[in-house]
Amino acid sequence: MSVEAETNSPSHAASHTSSHASSHGGFAERAHVALNDKPLRANFRRAMDGLMVKRAAQFPDAADLQALRSLGAAIKERALARLPNLLEQLEARCAENGIKVHWAETTEEANRIVLGIFQDHGVKTVVKGKSMVSEEMHLNAFLGKHGIEAIESDLGEYIIQLAGEMPSHIVMPCIHKNKGQIGALFAKHIEGQGYTEDVDELTAAARKVLRDRFAQADAGISGVNFAVAETGTLVLVENEGNGRLSTTLPPLHVAVMGIEKLVETLDDIPPLLALLPRSATGQPITTYVNMITSPRRDGEKDGPREVHLVLLDNGRTRVYADLELRETLRCIRCGACMNHCPVYARVGGHTYDAVYPGPIGKILTPQIAGLDVAGDLPHASSLCNACVEVCPVKIPIADILVRLRREAVRPSPSKAGSGAVKGGGGGWTLSEASAWMGWKWLHANPTLYRLGTRVLALAGNLIPASLPPLKAWTTVRAKPKFAAKTLHQLARERGYDDV
Amino acid sequence: MSAMSKPATVPAERPKTVYYFGTCLVDLFYPNAGMAGMELLRREGLRVVFPQGQTCCGQPARNCGFFEEAREVARAQFDAFPEPWPIVVPSGSCAGMMRVHYPQLFADQPDRDKAEAFAARVFELSWFLVHVLDLKLTDKGEPVTVTWHASCHSMREMGVTDEPKRLLRSLSNVTLVENPRERECCGFGGTFSVRQPEVSAAMVSDKIDALRSTGATEMITGDCGCLMNISGAMEKAGTPMTGRHLAEFLLERG
Ligand code: SF4
Repeated sequence: MSVEAETNSPSHAASHTSSHASSHGGFAERAHVALNDKPLRANFRRAMDGLMVKRAAQFPDAADLQALRSLGAAIKERALARLPNLLEQLEARCAENGIKVHWAETTEEANRIVLGIFQDHGVKTVVKGKSMVSEEMHLNAFLGKHGIEAIESDLGEYIIQLAGEMPSHIVMPCIHKNKGQIGALFAKHIEGQGYTEDVDELTAAARKVLRDRFAQADAGISGVNFAVAETGTLVLVENEGNGRLSTTLPPLHVAVMGIEKLVETLDDIPPLLALLPRSATGQPITTYVNMITSPRRDGEKDGPREVHLVLLDNGRTRVYADLELRETLRCIRCGACMNHCPVYARVGGHTYDAVYPGPIGKILTPQIAGLDVAGDLPHASSLCNACVEVCPVKIPIADILVRLRREAVRPSPSKAGSGAVKGGGGGWTLSEASAWMGWKWLHANPTLYRLGTRVLALAGNLIPASLPPLKAWTTVRAKPKFAAKTLHQLARERGYDDV
Repeated sequence: MSAMSKPATVPAERPKTVYYFGTCLVDLFYPNAGMAGMELLRREGLRVVFPQGQTCCGQPARNCGFFEEAREVARAQFDAFPEPWPIVVPSGSCAGMMRVHYPQLFADQPDRDKAEAFAARVFELSWFLVHVLDLKLTDKGEPVTVTWHASCHSMREMGVTDEPKRLLRSLSNVTLVENPRERECCGFGGTFSVRQPEVSAAMVSDKIDALRSTGATEMITGDCGCLMNISGAMEKAGTPMTGRHLAEFLLERG
């Protein structure tokens, strides 16, 4: 593992603290703080630029890339189409292989299940591999409250755990920090560690702490990148070896995964592995690819004595019920959408105030937490489609953003009768709704439209710049100037046929 | 289900008549750019029909989630463009709305077929000039250095790749210097620019830095939304650079 790989190398003032992780206000307020944080902006911009270049270098042939993306999308779509069956199949295979499967509808339930397993085994300390689902559960905090210490073994996760922060990126959780900030953090939290910005020294310091923890841990926790229904195999990719240690060294291993992580067969894995690391970090393959099929068998020298798999729903079934929204569940959590997002690159992950930031977060968070809670996220996008262009499983993120905007305005009916998306409806103001009504009235009636636009051509420039939408526009832009004649008028004057 | 890019296909025969959809933004703010596109088509011997009944593609309402309103306005366009002629649009974004999003928006509507037939006839101007008309230009202008701003929707919805740059490069006195952020959004995004004004401002400011780094005196683009955003920001900041729609630039020089 290396600090260099995880963070921004150029050093900035070590005293700079990450003040942007505010959980107050809406996206715009948090963005204001982030945009004014120069080192933070520089960290993200540099890191995202680098990741885009590295990804592009991995896919030199456009046709090959498109074929692979189509395959990836098809594999996930096929699995989702049969999800209920596949989940049953997975449970049966796991049971045959000696892995115990648990089902959790909510994160609360999932936390209780994990706690129960640990309490049964008298677990006191746990090492964790990187897992976004465990972040979703806020598992560390929950276990901590019950006297179980869970320590992150992924270097990036370990760093933000020390800092008491949320991940700012789903693949590189501490990408918002630079060497100086990490040096200061280590000096404060690791016994006997002085301040340094030396990457090798920092990495060695973390390694020493973590190695001791691995040796002492009573249990390991991990996420799951793909679960194979056909064989009951849990696939876990990582670069630091910590995932392998967390899942093999301690006597007990608990894996947590969202129910959408299933694929049908082992043959589905190679194409997805050809997409995931290349899209994520621009690596041809991760250093470690772990495939876990059972606890330690008789005669084997290592591996945990017991393996548990916790399957978490947490709103995914509701997402699943709508065919368009279901495409969200194809996600393989590569992070390419955020690496290529012009908004994310400027405001960083914490501005989203959610476990999943960036474009995938903008479509996932409102569906899980509810539009009433996270309704401003789908609007924090210019719909530029940069994410759609790179997503390895072709999730139509921009279309789903618009669909969620729609659900906030007028919810689609759902079978359960409560609307397709949690907290939908009510996401509009009277003035907004009447503005759109007036807009429709004007634009669906060509005669009125021509009249209206002629009036604007004559007098539109008298509209004061202080009027609400113009006011926001003119903070950094000149006021748009209405032309003296509309194109409709010019076309007629220059003899262009009307029919 | 998913939309993505839907590049057009070249019609079997060169059309004699085309419709022109000017877009509401061009209608009010950039009529000269709109007119330039029409003149270019007319100069190539086409009969260009500009239905006076046209208004807006409906994208603003659709993007804000007001689908019913967007559909009503789209239907007014179906009525205004009844003949089976190609519909040429001097904007990748409005073209993308009509080509990619109309079929989605009407997927569960009784007039779905109408929407699909309409969508199939939509062409982005520069793509049409290159692939359908094989436009040849002779440069009459003074030497100038320009840079190109690609609009997100022309690239990622209409499948426009290097067509505009090919046209610019075909002008002998024009030096095209590509800018390092050519494919990055300028931060316009319709209501995004007023809902997230600070993020949008940061994006357009970075965009201007990238454009200026080329040493060009003029930025050429194919979308008046981007143009209004970038030129407006350049004007406000007193940047010694101007912006223009591709059609206007081509007509003036070639
Ligand atoms: S949405 Fe697509 S690009 Fe984004 S993390 Fe998921 S798979 Fe990767």
